[in-house]
Amino acid sequence: MLTYQVQPKGAVSPGINTCQGCMIDVIFRNVLDVMGPDTVLVIPPGCAAQFSGCGPEASVTVPGIQGNLENSAAIASGIANGFRHQGNDHTQVVVIAGDGGTVDIGLQSLSGAMERNEDIIYICYDNEAYMNTGVQGSSSTPFAASTTTTPAGKPVNAKDLISIVMAHRVPYAATASVADIFDLRRKVQKAKETKGCRVIHIMSPCPTGWGYPSAKTVEVAREAVRCGAWVLMEYENGAIKLGRKPEELGQPQKYFALQKRFCGAGEEEIAKMGAFLTERYEYLEKLAQL
Amino acid sequence: MQQNTPMNTPSKRRVLGPCSHVLVAANTGSWRLERPEVDAELCVRCGTCARYCPTACITVHKEGDPLDFDWNYCKGCGICANECPKQALTMVPEGGDD
Ligand SMILES: Cc1ncc(C[n+]2csc(CCOP(=O)(O)OP(=O)(O)O)c2C)c(N)n1
Ligand code: SF4
Ligand code: SF4
Ligand code: SF4
Ligand SMILES: [Mg+2]
Repeated sequence: MLTYQVQPKGAVSPGINTCQGCMIDVIFRNVLDVMGPDTVLVIPPGCAAQFSGCGPEASVTVPGIQGNLENSAAIASGIANGFRHQGNDHTQVVVIAGDGGTVDIGLQSLSGAMERNEDIIYICYDNEAYMNTGVQGSSSTPFAASTTTTPAGKPVNAKDLISIVMAHRVPYAATASVADIFDLRRKVQKAKETKGCRVIHIMSPCPTGWGYPSAKTVEVAREAVRCGAWVLMEYENGAIKLGRKPEELGQPQKYFALQKRFCGAGEEEIAKMGAFLTERYEYLEKLAQL
Repeated sequence: MQQNTPMNTPSKRRVLGPCSHVLVAANTGSWRLERPEVDAELCVRCGTCARYCPTACITVHKEGDPLDFDWNYCKGCGICANECPKQALTMVPEGGDD
């Protein structure tokens, strides 16, 4: 039983200690709004762990568990199978995990869950580094981005999570962004209506780790989509559907200039990144035509 | 092989570890250095600001004053003002010249 000290507008407490300008709150609020009260959350350590409660204090109105960084998908699989054995076919199990807990440390358990096509929804909010422990680089940190473990800029590019997910041939996968809440909600709704292992990868810019004023979170996310640094797409029944074509594909200048983490990137790095973004997008375009 | 059959639920349950059972909210409004101020002439009540507000502290009214803010939670991040399509919101220093 939950005792209400405050009455939230949706399923998320209004006062959460995420940084000023952080939009993880918005992701939780919209995901839980679409999913409804018959939902169980699995949250690993990371900035989102604040939503899994702290001692007796809860931040969301649905039940949930904080697991480990390695095993969110395994815990979710266990809960989903427990429900199945109880004859419960209505409660949805939703993971909301960071990029470190997904693309690095939790990748093996996610891969297993995707292989077995467990009946779970796995959402990765991607702030492109280990933010909660002080901005260490992750395998989702992009090329040229400075973090505390890549102070001179990351020498290699990020892993392509959505391609890894698609290689498992899951029933539904999508990328989304905090810059487009309607699109994000539509994708969560689609995931909710699908059975099996569903994965949604959401870009969630981080003012603290990326180095931009807190007011610009949506603007930064929008610029990422405009230059192709974040590609909006869906994967359904083995087919890829791309969102609107990036207006400034392969030109990350504006996107880079907004953030301190790219301040070490010179013309050479920008050109290299631009070429990579164009190449990746054109490759996805070809896949989408299959 | 696991069998897909319903099991009896155990009658006793034990909870191990801390269990969060009180919904609370931090007074994040105390972090605020600037606060959004709306120009009622410019606001078209589109709700963009409320949609992006991390603390969900904006209420958009259909009539009368266009917006209400819950100052207990507004962190003063400025996302609402940055995203307003009509530039109807201005960030003003908290404890400023009013
Ligand atoms: C196996 C393991 N290694 C390290 C940690 C310490 N740790 C806790 S949170 C965290 C950062 C997680 O990063 P991410 O998943 O990207 O979430 P974010 O903090 O960025 O939201 C780390 C490294 C841990 N809990 N478990
Ligand atoms: S460090 Fe970044 S991701 Fe974490 S709460 Fe702060 S702004 Fe959000
Ligand atoms: S975004 Fe601007 S115009 Fe729209 S409701 Fe908010 S203040 Fe008014
Ligand atoms: S300043 Fe930030 S927290 Fe306050 S109303 Fe605007 S968007 Fe919401
Ligand atoms: Mg992270």
